[in-house]
Amino acid sequence: MTSAPVVPAPVSALPLHIEALVKRFGELTAVDGISLELNGAECLGLLGPNGAGKSTLIRSIVGRVIPQAGKVLVFGAPADSVGARMALGWVPQDLALYPRLTCRENLEAFGRYHGLRRAALATAVEWCLNWAGLADRARDTVASFSGGMKRRLNMAAGLIHRPKVILMDEPTVGVDPQSRNRIFEMIETLRDQGISMIYTTHYMEEAERLCDRIAIIDHGRIIALGTKEELVRNAFASRSEVFARFGTSDASVVAWVRERGGVFDNGTARFTIEHATEIAGLLDDAANAGHELVDVSLRKPNLESVFLHWTGRELRD
Amino acid sequence: MIFAIARTALTALRRDRGALALSFILPVAFFTIFAVIFGGRRDTTPKISVIVVDEDHSRASQQLVKGLGEESLFVKTRPAPKRGVEQPEYTSASAEAAVKAGSAPVALIIPRGFGENPISFGSAQQHSTIQLLKDSSDMVAPQVITGLLQKVAMTAMPDAMAAQGSKYMDKYAGGFTPEQRKRIETGLEELRNRDSSRTSGVETHQDANAGMPISVTARDVVGENKNNPMVSFYAAAIGVMFLLFTASSAGGSLLDEAESGTLDRVLSSRITMGTLLAGKLCYCSLLAFSQLVLMFVWAWAVFKLDFIPHLAGFVIMGLCTAFAVAAFGMLLASTCRTRAQLGPLSTLVILIMSSVGGSMFPRFLMPEAMQKAGLLTINAWAIDGFTKVFWRDEPIAHLWQQVLVLLVSGIFFFLVARRLARRWEYS
Repeated sequence: MTSAPVVPAPVSALPLHIEALVKRFGELTAVDGISLELNGAECLGLLGPNGAGKSTLIRSIVGRVIPQAGKVLVFGAPADSVGARMALGWVPQDLALYPRLTCRENLEAFGRYHGLRRAALATAVEWCLNWAGLADRARDTVASFSGGMKRRLNMAAGLIHRPKVILMDEPTVGVDPQSRNRIFEMIETLRDQGISMIYTTHYMEEAERLCDRIAIIDHGRIIALGTKEELVRNAFASRSEVFARFGTSDASVVAWVRERGGVFDNGTARFTIEHATEIAGLLDDAANAGHELVDVSLRKPNLESVFLHWTGRELRD
Repeated sequence: MIFAIARTALTALRRDRGALALSFILPVAFFTIFAVIFGGRRDTTPKISVIVVDEDHSRASQQLVKGLGEESLFVKTRPAPKRGVEQPEYTSASAEAAVKAGSAPVALIIPRGFGENPISFGSAQQHSTIQLLKDSSDMVAPQVITGLLQKVAMTAMPDAMAAQGSKYMDKYAGGFTPEQRKRIETGLEELRNRDSSRTSGVETHQDANAGMPISVTARDVVGENKNNPMVSFYAAAIGVMFLLFTASSAGGSLLDEAESGTLDRVLSSRITMGTLLAGKLCYCSLLAFSQLVLMFVWAWAVFKLDFIPHLAGFVIMGLCTAFAVAAFGMLLASTCRTRAQLGPLSTLVILIMSSVGGSMFPRFLMPEAMQKAGLLTINAWAIDGFTKVFWRDEPIAHLWQQVLVLLVSGIFFFLVARRLARRWEYS
């Protein structure tokens, strides 16, 4: 892979600093006082369900949404400054490409929009083609691409000016598992090169694999922030989760689960326990109460558990 | 089942405002426009402007002018007042210049001596010949005026007709007796004192030598050397209409980009909305100009249009037209929220503009009010400009009005489009 000329980054402490950002659309508060910092060479995941405010936050950073309050600094410069625009790369959730142009023509067009010319543009295009694994399809029109290839080109177009901070807004939406793995590898390459990234997703496995820190976002607020381990520890300490599936879902079962401090959803109860030996007690109590247990499993809490813990809802609700 | 299918389609149509507009508003609008153009008249003769120069000032010539004034014609004997100052009567030279400038499609010159032998029953050499100066781009007006001239001779000049008839009889039938002469003179006097009766049915003729009472010699003063009279008109007229469609479609790429999210990405780069719109305007203008070039080169190659001698005028008018049309396309696009809205709206607006503005039907054949309404369209100004260049062979300096209107309207459209496009800048 060739290395493209890198736009000189403004000298400042943090790649991204967000302070008390608020964005309302009429009655709806999409971003509700979010403060966030992105460190150098860090991949920060924004994990939340659809409509949580992830995309609005990203669009505020990139200047496509004007917030009612708060500020966004990119390497200390206001987000709407030319320096910030050159330092920021945005991979939107939509396939923001020209379908009738070839792969190379798309990259050249977006490169020119960022002010790249001649040799710098040619080098940047080659880098992007190689990075996205599309060098052999450079002359094909985008309309002829598979969904995964379009996603990769969509990402490459956001990186054409070799930004130091990249905002990826759900780059794997609608992508098959094989293409998703290819995209993960591309992102890991960037991480290895010391690029700072914000990665929004509602797939917890993506956040777990790619992100150094994760911010769980819901209703426009960050409800938890830290490494995966920190998030789990803060929510569950050393406790584990027990999932118990019952033969029936009648009101007596739901009431019994709640008495025992559990959460009942879709025929399955979820409890947290400190020690595995507590499972036996649960089973005895269920039997004594006359509830038929079909299946019981023990699991270490994950990001899904953390989200459920803080919001009471499944991540994909 | 059949009813269910029909009901679903009807519900979908009800929600599709564009389809509703195309289905119900466009036909009514078109019907109204053409009804106003063709149906507003109560007789079958179109009201045509005609300049009349009476060099004779005889009783017969005055009767003729009066008779023409009573027909469905706009008879002009002098130009419209300028700043309230009455202008002198037309002369044969100024009448010819006025026809060349497009002030009227026809001018009639009644020569000195016309009153001595106004009516002809023989060869044209025996009497005065009225000169008919015409703009050959208007194929209807000269025919109508020639016909009306013959009609007026029959209805407005009965005494001259009778006098000429009696002279003819006297000459070729062996002469009248004094008693006969006296009776004829009494009858002619009665005719002179009587209002003309109104009868029609005289057919139009170009030349009195063909047996009509008034001898007329027609002469093209505009387009006399042209290979094909209407080619330049239709190249401009049809060209502008399709330019509007092209520009609206090209401007619609803005909506495609907004819908796909590409616009957001572009605006997150160093491109501002102003730059983006200027770039689109530039592209649309070039596209429109290329289309005009193709249209006129085709007309030159196939229909022998005099393209090369008028190249400079074409470039000026072409660029101004392309600019105005492109800006209008961008205005249409920025008015709409989706591509689906743009389609019906642009079809509706462009077809109405084209019909009123003369792209489908020459404006000089429309009622005066409709001709004035046409001046609100790009089509009319562009067609007028191209007509000046290709038809009237007018110097480039004479295009200033058309150039000014097209450029100013283009700038206005662009500024409004820029204002409307603010909604895409930020949310």
